[in-house]
Amino acid sequence: MSDVETETRAPPAPDGLETMPDGLVIRAQGIHKRFGDNHVLRGISIDFPKGTTTVILGGSGSGKSVLMKHLIGLLKPDEGRVLVEGINISQLSGTALTKARMKFGMVFQWAALFDSMSVGDNVAFPLREHHRELSEKEIAERVAEKLALFGLEGTEAKFPADLSGGMRKRVGLARAIVLEPEIVLYDEPTTGLDPITTEYVDEMILRAKEKLQVTSVVISHDIGSAFNIADSIAFLYEGKIVEHKPPSELRHSEHPELKKFLSTWFGRN
Amino acid sequence: MTTESAENTATTPVLHWVRLPFERIGQGVIDLFVEVGHLTLLAAGGMAWSFRRPFRPTLLLQQCEYIGVGSLPIVLLTGLFAGLVFALQSSIAFAKFNAESLVGATVVISLARELGPVLTGLMVTGRAGSAIATELGTMRVTEQIDALESMAVSPIQYLVVPRVVALIFVMPMLTLLFNYVGFLGAFIVSVYQAGINEGTFMGRIYQVVDIVDLLGGLFKSACFGGVIGLVACYRGMNASGGSRGVGVAATRTVVSCSVSILVLDYFLTTLLLMVFE
Repeated sequence: MSDVETETRAPPAPDGLETMPDGLVIRAQGIHKRFGDNHVLRGISIDFPKGTTTVILGGSGSGKSVLMKHLIGLLKPDEGRVLVEGINISQLSGTALTKARMKFGMVFQWAALFDSMSVGDNVAFPLREHHRELSEKEIAERVAEKLALFGLEGTEAKFPADLSGGMRKRVGLARAIVLEPEIVLYDEPTTGLDPITTEYVDEMILRAKEKLQVTSVVISHDIGSAFNIADSIAFLYEGKIVEHKPPSELRHSEHPELKKFLSTWFGRN
Repeated sequence: MTTESAENTATTPVLHWVRLPFERIGQGVIDLFVEVGHLTLLAAGGMAWSFRRPFRPTLLLQQCEYIGVGSLPIVLLTGLFAGLVFALQSSIAFAKFNAESLVGATVVISLARELGPVLTGLMVTGRAGSAIATELGTMRVTEQIDALESMAVSPIQYLVVPRVVALIFVMPMLTLLFNYVGFLGAFIVSVYQAGINEGTFMGRIYQVVDIVDLLGGLFKSACFGGVIGLVACYRGMNASGGSRGVGVAATRTVVSCSVSILVLDYFLTTLLLMVFE
C-alpha cells in the first residue's frame, strides 16, 4: 500500500477532474483537521482502490469517524484534500457536493434511521428523493429486495424503535445500498453487537461487496471483524496512519502501538 | 486560560479582576454577533432552497397541521382569558372616568395591535418552537441529519424550509383566532358582568378600530413566525452533547424567541406607526 504523502500532486486534467492512478476510487492527501485546540487529524494520506474493502482501525477518539466524514464531504479539512474519482470533494458545496454524494452510501454507527419513519419508508427514502420517476409499486419491490438481501423480509411496517441493534444496523445497510452506490462507508458497523450478530453483519458487508462490487471503507476498533472482512487495514494512531497493509502482513507489524492494540485480540485468541 | 493570561493573573491579580467583567461582556457581544450572523446565513440558505426543486408540499402541510392545529387549544385558551381579564380590568378602570363605553374598542385595538401577535408568538414558541428544537436536536445528536446529508438531501431544504414557511403562514391565522376569542371574552365580561350596553360596546369598536390595526398585527405575527422557525431550527441543528444538549437547545430556543419577539415587536410597531399614522 503506497503512502501518497510524499507524492507530488498531479496537475488538473483538462476536463476539470484531477488525474488519479488507475484503479483508485478515493484518494485522501495530507488531511489536517482541528477542533479548537484539538488537532484530530495530522496529515492523513491514504488511497482506496476500486472494489476493495479497506478497514481503518484505531482506538476510541483516534479520529476515525472524523476521517470518514471527510471522505463524504460532511467535514472540510483545514489542510489537504479528498479526491473521489478525480473530483476534489473538499472544495465542493451546494448542488455539486450533493451530486458527488450520490456515489456514496453510508452506514452510521447507531444506524441513524429516521425514527419517525417505518423501516420500509427509511429504505425507500433515497429512492423517493432521487428516483421520482419510480412508482410506489416499483419502490416497494426494490425495498423488499434489499431488505431480503439482509434477512429482513416482512419488516417494512415496523418502526426503528421496535428493532434490535443488529436489525437496525442491517436496515441502515439496506438503506445505504438501495441506490446501488459505488462506495459504501461503514462507521463502526459492529459496535455494541453480540458476537453472533457481529459475524452476521460481517457477512452482510462481504455480501454487499460481492453482489454489488462496491468499494467499502470500514472504520472500526473491532480487530476480529477487521481481519474477517478487510482486503487491507490501515491503523490510525494520534491522527496519523502509521501502518497500511493487507491483514496477513499487518499482523506481524513491529509498530509498538499497533502490536499493543492487536495483542488485545490475538493475545487472547 | 492561555499561558499569557495565566502569567498576567499571577503578576497583576487586581488588573485581572478589573479586566474580567469587560472581557466577559465583550465575549458575550461577540457571541451575539456570531449567532446573528449564523442565523442570517441560515435565513439566506432557507430563502435560496425555498425556490429550488424538489418542492415539498406534503412536508409543508404536515408542519402546518403540527404547528397550527397542535397549537390551537393553547392559543384559544390564552386568547379567551386575555380578553376576559383585560375587559374586566378595563371596565373597572374606565368606570372611574365614566368611560365604560370605550372598553370594547380598547380591548379590541390592543388585541389586534399587540396582545394577539405577541401572546400568540409566546405561546407558539413554548409549544412549537421548543418541539422543533427538540426534534432537530435529537436528529442532530443521533446523526439523522448527517444521514440526510450523506443521502444527498439538503437538511435546510428538507427540515428548515417547511418549518419556517409553515410558521410564517400559520402564525397570522392563529393570531386571528386569538383576536376573535379574545373579543368574545371581552364581550362576555363587558356585557354580562360589567353591564355595558352591547350596542354601545359594538358601536365604539366600529368607530375606533380600523382594518389597518388588524392587518398590522397579522404582519407582525408573520414576522414572529419566521423568527421562531429560524431560531428553533438553528438551535436544534446545532445541538451537541447528547440528551443534555437537546434540552439546552430547547431551553435556549424558548428564551431567545421570547426575547426576540419582544424586541422585534418594538421595532415593527415603530415601523408600522411611521407608515400608517
